Amino acid sequence: MSAAVAPVRLVSIGKRYSGTKALDDVSVEVAGGTVHALVGANGAGKSTLGKIVGGVIRPDEGQLFIDDRPVSYKSPREARVDGIATIAQELSPVPHMSVIENVFFGIEPRRSGLVQWRRMRSQYEELVSQWGFELDGNLKVGPLRTADKQKVEILRAVACDARVIVMDEPTSSLTSVETRTLHRMIRMLRERGRTIVYVSHFLDEVLELADTVTVLRSGRLVRTAPVAEETEESLVAGMFGAAAEAEHFEKPQRPTAPVILEVSGLARKGVLRDISLQIRAGEIVGLAGLVGSGRSELARAIAGADPIDGGSIAVDGTPRNIRSPADAMAAGMAFLPESRKDDGLFLELSLAANTTFADLSSVASRFGVLRLALERKKTSSLLKSLSVEPPVSSAKAANLSGGNQQKVLFARWLFRNPRVLILDEPTRGVDVAARAAIHRLINKLAAEGTAVLLISSEIEEVLGLAHRVLVMRRGSITREFGADPSMEAVMEAAFGLGGRTSA
Amino acid sequence: MSAQPSDPVAGDPVVAGDPASADAMAAPRVRSLRRIKAEHIRDYGIVVFAVALFAYFSVASSVFLTSQNLLNLVFQNATIGVAACAVTYTIIAGNFDLSLGSIFVLSEVLAAYAAVHIGVWWAFPVGILAGAVMGLINGLLVTKLRVNAFLATLATALSFGGIAVGVTHGGLLITPSSSVFTFIGQHKAGDVQYPVIIFAVVAIVLQLVLAYTVFGRHLYGIGDNRNAARLSGLKVDRTVIITFVVTGAACGLAGLIDASTTGSGTSDMSGLGGSLALLAIAGVALGGTSIFGGVGAVWRTVLGVLMLGMITNGFDLLAVPDYWQNIVRGILIIAAVAISTVIERRS
Repeated sequence: MSAAVAPVRLVSIGKRYSGTKALDDVSVEVAGGTVHALVGANGAGKSTLGKIVGGVIRPDEGQLFIDDRPVSYKSPREARVDGIATIAQELSPVPHMSVIENVFFGIEPRRSGLVQWRRMRSQYEELVSQWGFELDGNLKVGPLRTADKQKVEILRAVACDARVIVMDEPTSSLTSVETRTLHRMIRMLRERGRTIVYVSHFLDEVLELADTVTVLRSGRLVRTAPVAEETEESLVAGMFGAAAEAEHFEKPQRPTAPVILEVSGLARKGVLRDISLQIRAGEIVGLAGLVGSGRSELARAIAGADPIDGGSIAVDGTPRNIRSPADAMAAGMAFLPESRKDDGLFLELSLAANTTFADLSSVASRFGVLRLALERKKTSSLLKSLSVEPPVSSAKAANLSGGNQQKVLFARWLFRNPRVLILDEPTRGVDVAARAAIHRLINKLAAEGTAVLLISSEIEEVLGLAHRVLVMRRGSITREFGADPSMEAVMEAAFGLGGRTSA
Repeated sequence: MSAQPSDPVAGDPVVAGDPASADAMAAPRVRSLRRIKAEHIRDYGIVVFAVALFAYFSVASSVFLTSQNLLNLVFQNATIGVAACAVTYTIIAGNFDLSLGSIFVLSEVLAAYAAVHIGVWWAFPVGILAGAVMGLINGLLVTKLRVNAFLATLATALSFGGIAVGVTHGGLLITPSSSVFTFIGQHKAGDVQYPVIIFAVVAIVLQLVLAYTVFGRHLYGIGDNRNAARLSGLKVDRTVIITFVVTGAACGLAGLIDASTTGSGTSDMSGLGGSLALLAIAGVALGGTSIFGGVGAVWRTVLGVLMLGMITNGFDLLAVPDYWQNIVRGILIIAAVAISTVIERRS
């Protein structure tokens, strides 16, 4: 059963997503029977690399070797047959089936096409005792806690005799007790010769658990080193490197400008805790933090996209009861959501329709009849001023590049002249030129008196634009910085390092 | 009817939209030109096909291209057409309605009941209102209870059909032979039957509202990206409910036309009531309105319905056996949907 340990070798791996390089010439050697961690900031390519090992994604360039044998998997299923199992962030078992059925899904012991239930049960008991897990095999998987679902996935991996197990952010939704249990299981897997590829942004876990660590930054390999040679600080430095090229703007302080947005005691159960913040006219407040720290959730809560359980929001000193995006808009807010495809654009509609959608009454007569010529005129000039390419109001949104699509979303909100602009990842997936243009636009809007809340996982972007920086961790604001803090200080706060933060 | 303007919001390809405008001149890109060509096939292929079919029947049958035959063709498809034009709204907004036939039948029965028991004039408001109320029920189920539209309308279709049988006890409700009741179904304005006029008016009004009003724009937005529509401040549920109410009222109107034509109300689902939903939705799909929402137009549905009708009419004239009609209709629908899917996937 337990064959020799399987080393994994990645040679010159490259992967592109619609023009941007997610991975560029990355070579990593994973020794068999070790725990090998992949770390990096959001978008560094660590998950993509894990997925390539697991057969979830195919690389565009380079070669994957397992056991020194070149392989190229077309699906996770093929990889699994070859002894490589992936335990994904989104757990995959069939929820309405029992634990046993999930563990043996696809590899059920059969005789003449019929599943041999009794044999499957005894195999399950054997597996559980062999690995020292406690999990009732008859429970349905759907209602199980995440930690137990992970046990199911691990059992599933060992049941099909996987020699390499890829884990992608396995602890991101676990409690600390559950995390310790998981780590115990991972050590046991290693003792029995399994190779673990562990993708995580929790540096303390990586240092405690892994044998070797590979650091990635913006799709490139920084280094692979034994964990013993690394510290949290050295990893953070490797992940973020020298300050990237992001334009730095002047940040005039206006301590006397009126407070436009005031949030106090905002809470959402399990997501946001006691959030208070103020943004003055003309001020850009940057919100930094790791994925899952509650950044986007805070933006959505203020913008009325998600319900809140407590706290209050005031605009221009007037308390507002915000229960829907329409309420937030009426209060003068505009919200650019994180995912422009899922929450922002109308891909099949024209640029004109995309631009005016949030304020159609301004291009319609009293009876709701659209004045199409007026709409065309207004949108054309707005699109030109934002240098959208092509600035054609009848073009279809789907045919534009990411950067131009993002500018169209800006156009939709600028069309309304908002008092408060909430921007969630305004330059994600956008090319360099468009990114610079968007940065200048944000700076200009603030200079004109708009209050801006800027959320970005690109720390350079926040530092380049924000007059103040708030750091979020686990649903609360844990640190506040003035203009131009050092990147290391912000990152350490985001990772919960340094004495003054409560993690 | 087919001379409606092209849907201005549906993201017409740059060059096709309005070649004369300065906007269109500003986008000379080779790559987008190729794309536009593929989209053309999807967007206007139906028009070409309808014209070709029309030309073929005109040549193959000496009777086809006579005003009387063509008026008959439209007359025979007026009830389906009215329902199909309205359900185009529901579908563009990203929903579905399988209860068209049952709303049609129950409205017809209630209209006839009102004509017999209350007064002839009452048939008109009762028929249309009954349809609207049934649409409201569908809309509330889909939005407030979050029942999948497919299942919700499948279920209400059963219940509405059942109520109709309960009212008629399975028989016919013969309406008073008053011309007040029968004139919309059995009379003509000059050579043109009233149902043809009603169909034309419904189609034109629905198309104009869809293309040129804030409400119409909202339907495209909801169907294209429901989240984005909500985050843009739209009351999505309310708009969706209105689409179901409009569809219900239109089916009520269709039921009224049918009752007036036959001078009776019947709960028998083996007739038009049983096939209305599928024929209407087939017409919508054949016209090129996306079943997934966000793209389409009422004029497309008019073309789709008339093409399906043309096949029946033309094949009858050419004495092609009945069963061929449905075979060809099925193939047509699959071809239309497959072509648009293939093009979608390639771009």
